[in-house]
Formats: sequence, structure tokens, C-alpha cells
Amino acid sequence: MRVVALGATRGMGRALSRLMAERGDLLFLLGRDPKELDKASRDLEIRAGSGLRFGSAHCDLEQPDGFAAALDQAAATLGGLDCVIVSAGVFAPQAELEEDPAVARRMLEVNFARTVEFCEHVRRRLLAAGGGRLCVFSSVAGERGRKPVVLYGAAKAGLSCYLEGLDHKFRRLGLVTVCVKPGFVKTGMTAGLEPPPFAGEPKPVARRILRAIDRGTPVVYVPGIWRWIMLVIRHLPRFLMRRLGF
Amino acid sequence: METSGETLQGWGGTRAAGVEIRSEDLAAITRGAVLTRGLGRSYGDSSLPPPGTHSLPGSALADRILSFDSNSGALRAEAGLSIGEIQRLFLPRKWTFPVLPGTQYVTLGGAVAADIHGKNHHVDGTIGRHVGTLLLRVADDSVVRCSRQENYDLFQATLGGMGLTGHILEVEVALKRIPSPWIWRESERISGIDAFIEALAQASRDWPYTVGWMDALAQGASLGRGILIRGRWAEASEAPKKPPRSRPRLQVPFAFPGWALNSLSMRAFNTLYFHRHPKHPKRGIVHPESFFHPLDVVRRWNLIYGKRGFTQHQCVLPEKDRPGAAKRYLESLTAGGLGSFLCVIKDCGPEGEGLLSFPRSGISIAVDLPIRARTQETVNELNERVLEAGGRIYLAKDSLSTPEHFRAMEHRLEKFEVVRRRWDPERRLKSAQSVRLLGDSA
Repeated sequence: MRVVALGATRGMGRALSRLMAERGDLLFLLGRDPKELDKASRDLEIRAGSGLRFGSAHCDLEQPDGFAAALDQAAATLGGLDCVIVSAGVFAPQAELEEDPAVARRMLEVNFARTVEFCEHVRRRLLAAGGGRLCVFSSVAGERGRKPVVLYGAAKAGLSCYLEGLDHKFRRLGLVTVCVKPGFVKTGMTAGLEPPPFAGEPKPVARRILRAIDRGTPVVYVPGIWRWIMLVIRHLPRFLMRRLGF
Repeated sequence: METSGETLQGWGGTRAAGVEIRSEDLAAITRGAVLTRGLGRSYGDSSLPPPGTHSLPGSALADRILSFDSNSGALRAEAGLSIGEIQRLFLPRKWTFPVLPGTQYVTLGGAVAADIHGKNHHVDGTIGRHVGTLLLRVADDSVVRCSRQENYDLFQATLGGMGLTGHILEVEVALKRIPSPWIWRESERISGIDAFIEALAQASRDWPYTVGWMDALAQGASLGRGILIRGRWAEASEAPKKPPRSRPRLQVPFAFPGWALNSLSMRAFNTLYFHRHPKHPKRGIVHPESFFHPLDVVRRWNLIYGKRGFTQHQCVLPEKDRPGAAKRYLESLTAGGLGSFLCVIKDCGPEGEGLLSFPRSGISIAVDLPIRARTQETVNELNERVLEAGGRIYLAKDSLSTPEHFRAMEHRLEKFEVVRRRWDPERRLKSAQSVRLLGDSA
């Protein structure tokens, strides 16, 4: 597959891009920091061991004017697009988001409005080419309004809703949307937070996501157990949710 | 014994209050920190925070490969890359990590900090011999390069320095060419300790990898009986065409109750293990993982020792200078009555460059000891034998040695402290182990 990955320098995106590079997929990386992009590409090239070179280009979710050019460059380098992965995003604890409106605005913009805007660029390109796969990292935080993730969860709920709509409308035209809903995964993003039970590691989580991409599974929970945890949480009555701390 | 909640643990179950913060950005999280933790496979307290320190940076997510030269085998990577990952990626391309310890769950940083050795120590030395340039965040928070050409004192002290000289950020290491990713292995029964030392010496003349498993509970004439294992990388012509696949993993589901491992069950296991091996030598092609890291097949195997955990006593005894030292060590072990589930014997080659590096020429013995009321006493007794023989212990395994014993064994300590004073005059970098053994303030 010819794959474009936004946010592959760290965390689950890194683990996923490594799996893809090792099995022979051709990658093009998008991200904010040219030095990090360069290191990530070298790492992937060595892991792939095929002698292929993986390109990269600057793309920042906070600068939507650059989306089209970045995707154009990726498509030109790869000779077309089969799959686009969006694992970039920002996280901040609820307390900090409540405290500082600027942090909250940035989080809401990046995780919802800009991510959707980026996906719209991808949608047009993939549909024009006859189809493709779009895999976007949302979160289990978007399943229910919850005390520790009021704002972050709201942004992710919006994103999940958008992705579901895309899937319903465009799957028959060849655009396969995969919405990834991670529970707690131990990456740099969650460093310093106390891992809850059922916390996952990036590598096994990435294997599950890759399987979902290959099969075109519209929603994938990682680690898998979160599917059942969220099934319960979705059905908890409001009076109970109000009392619970999570 | 997984790290959970607000406690960090060594592989043997030694605990300390604290949390580990892992991030892809190792340079950022090591700023101002006292010690970096890798995969936490050192048995004792070397990866644990000193009292009063709550959080330690963890390197495991900083695992990018920075460069690889497919002609020379030179690999440069971030310190959190594990040996297992290197083997997984490079064995099929006929390159191997030059020194393979008993477990593959060791980061590059941890490998350098413990200056690890393996079954090929008698020919290839410790990992230090294969390491080029290191990138370190030192005590004043600056980032320094050290190698044989540059800041050599820091380089030497870092090999085997247990992370006390600086946070290892990047490691350059030379991988080794191999004819195939499979191992030709031979094994045979050995009747006792004297025969073992002789057989190891003989095997080491012709074989790159040698090690012995010993029944540490057999007494009298059978004292030190066991199985000698020797191996080499298989030639392409004798090896299977396909590279070895990763093997399925079993897992110990929960901490065994304390009584599960008693002298009876340990004796039964050791006797069975010895007699299961045929009387005649066995030979053939085996999976590299089962040869180098047999215990890795069982995840969390440390849980068989129950909640109290265990310690490992590993020492090297200069048997040539003091013939009979290994025998006296084993006699003290059996006299202690604790028993050891697992006992490994290996002959080491000459000492490397690391100022506190463990191996030196002699016989290395490693015994696992469950934590019981008598364990401290047994470790003291074993350390007396080590002292008498002019040997030393391996810090990566230790949690119970006294500072008096350690200082008496380590004539090189002063040299190490000189370098430490130069790079870390305030002794900012420390671990639970350095507080215990080197007198660092908590």
C-alpha cells in the first residue's frame, strides 16, 4: 500500500507505521518537526530493510493552509494514495483545559475542526482516485460525557461522529473509513498519568489497528477489551454516571 | 511482578516507592533526573529510585534506530531499543547482536550500564568491547559524547557503571555477521564440579558459545553435576532455509504461593532436568531464542517465586589463582540449605575496559535464591567465599550484599569514584543500589 501518515513520529502512530514498513508498505510521513520526521523516516527505512527511501513533508494540524500542498507532495512522491492515517492530536488534562481557555481552544480546534478539515482534503483525493482507506485516531473518551474528559471527550465525540457519517455515505464509493478508539495506551502522550487496569502497549495495539485497516473495520477499540468496557459505560444510566468519578 | 501503581520493582521483586515516566523523548524526561530505567530486568535494586526520589524516566519508548551500515554492521540507536527487537529485525538479515545475555528484554542503555556478557564472553568479551560512541546526559544536565577517542574516562566508567555516570541517550554498537540465523547446539551430561570446570575450559577452546546448567542441590560426589551446552551459528548449508519465527509465549498467571517452591520441589525439578538429558551427547540445529534466552519463553517467570520474590547471587571466581574456589562456593550454598532452582556456570575471559564491569577471567556462577528468613545469611556466606577467592559479584543481580563485602571485593571502586567526582561532584546521579552499596546520600 502507498500510505501517508500524519503523526507517525510518536506513540501508536509510530508503532503502526513500523508494522507497515516491515511488511513492505510504502510510507510518506507528515508532521510538524522536520528533524523528528527525518529520524522517523530513517528508523522506518532501516526496519523495512528493503533499500526504499521514505519521504516526509511538513504538515501541522494548526496550519490548515498547508494541508493540500502536503498531501499533493505525498501523492506525487508515492505515485498515488491508497491509505491515509491520522494519529496526530493533542491531549491535556481536564483541569488544565478548564483553567486556560487558550489551551482548550487549541485542543478543540486541533482534535476536531482541523482534523476534520484535513480528512476532507483526504476524502476528495481518495474519492477522485476511485477509493482508498482513511484511518483516524479518535478515542473512547468520545463515547460518553465523563468528568475527567469533558472537553477532550467532546472533541473526540465530534470526530467519531464525523467519521461514522463519512463511512455511511462513501463506503460504497470506495472510501473505507476506520475509526480507532483507543482506551488507555502507554505512550509518551499518557506519560505521568496513572495507567488504569487494561492499559495497552503501543505494539500489540498497532497490530490490531493494522488488521482493522486491512479488513476495513469501521470502528476498532484498542486494546480489544475496551469494546466491552465501553459497551457497559454507554449503557450506564445518567444518575450513576453523575455519581461516578470517571 | 509487574510494575504497578506507585511501586517499582526489580525483576527479583525488590520494591521501592515510585513511578516510571516513559516518553519517546528521552532527552526531555532525563533532564534533572537521578537515574534512567530500562526494561527493569536487573534483579535487584539497580533500576530502583533512591529513597526520596519519586519518579524515574523510562527509556523503553525511545527506541528509534538512527543509522545502520549494512557493510560494517555499525548500528546507532536510541537507548531504549531492546536486544530482542534488534534480533527480530536483523537475524533474518544475518546480523546478530554481538553479546547476548540470558534475556532479550534488555535495552541498549541497560546493556551498556551493566556491561552485559553472554555465552561468548571467553572469545568476545562484554558488550563494551563492541560499543563505539555513547551519547550521555551527565549530572550537570549537559549532553556529552564519549568514546575511546573522546572523554574516555567517562566512557570507561559508563561501561558497567549501572547508570551512575549519566543517562545513556544513544548507543553505537557493531553487529556481527553470521552465516545463518540458526544455532548448532551440542550438550552433554557432566558428573561434578571439577569435571565441569575442565569441560568448560575444553569447550571454550573450540566453541564461541559455552555455558553450563548445574544441579545446585546435588551433594557429595554429584556436587556440581549438570549439563554442558556449547554452540555456534549454523552454516547456511546445515540450517533451515527460512529464518526462525518468533515463538509462542506462555505466561505465569499469578504469583505462586510461597510454599510452591520448596527444597523438595526444587530438588525434584533439578533431578528430573538432569536425568531427562540422555547419557550420550545431544547435537543438532536449534532456534536461537531457545539457545540464548530459554527463560524468555515463559512471561513473568519470576512469579514462580511468589510474592516474596527472589535474588540472584552471581559471582566470578578466579579459579586459576585459587583452585577449588567454585567447589567451596557450592558447598556453602548447599550447606545454607536454601536450595537454588536455577544455577548457571560459565568460564569468563579477561576483564574488559569498564571500570566496574563484572566479568574477569575465572568461573562465573549464578544461583537464584528465594527470599526466606535465611537468605541474607546465605548471601553473606557466599560473599565470604567470593572474597576469599579474590572474586567479585555482579551488580545487575544484587540486592542483598553488604557495603562492607562489596567494598572489600572492589579494588577498582576508587578509580570509578574519581571519574564520578569529576563528572558529578555533587553525586546527583544515584540509585537505590548506589545508596546501599556506594554510600550515596538518600
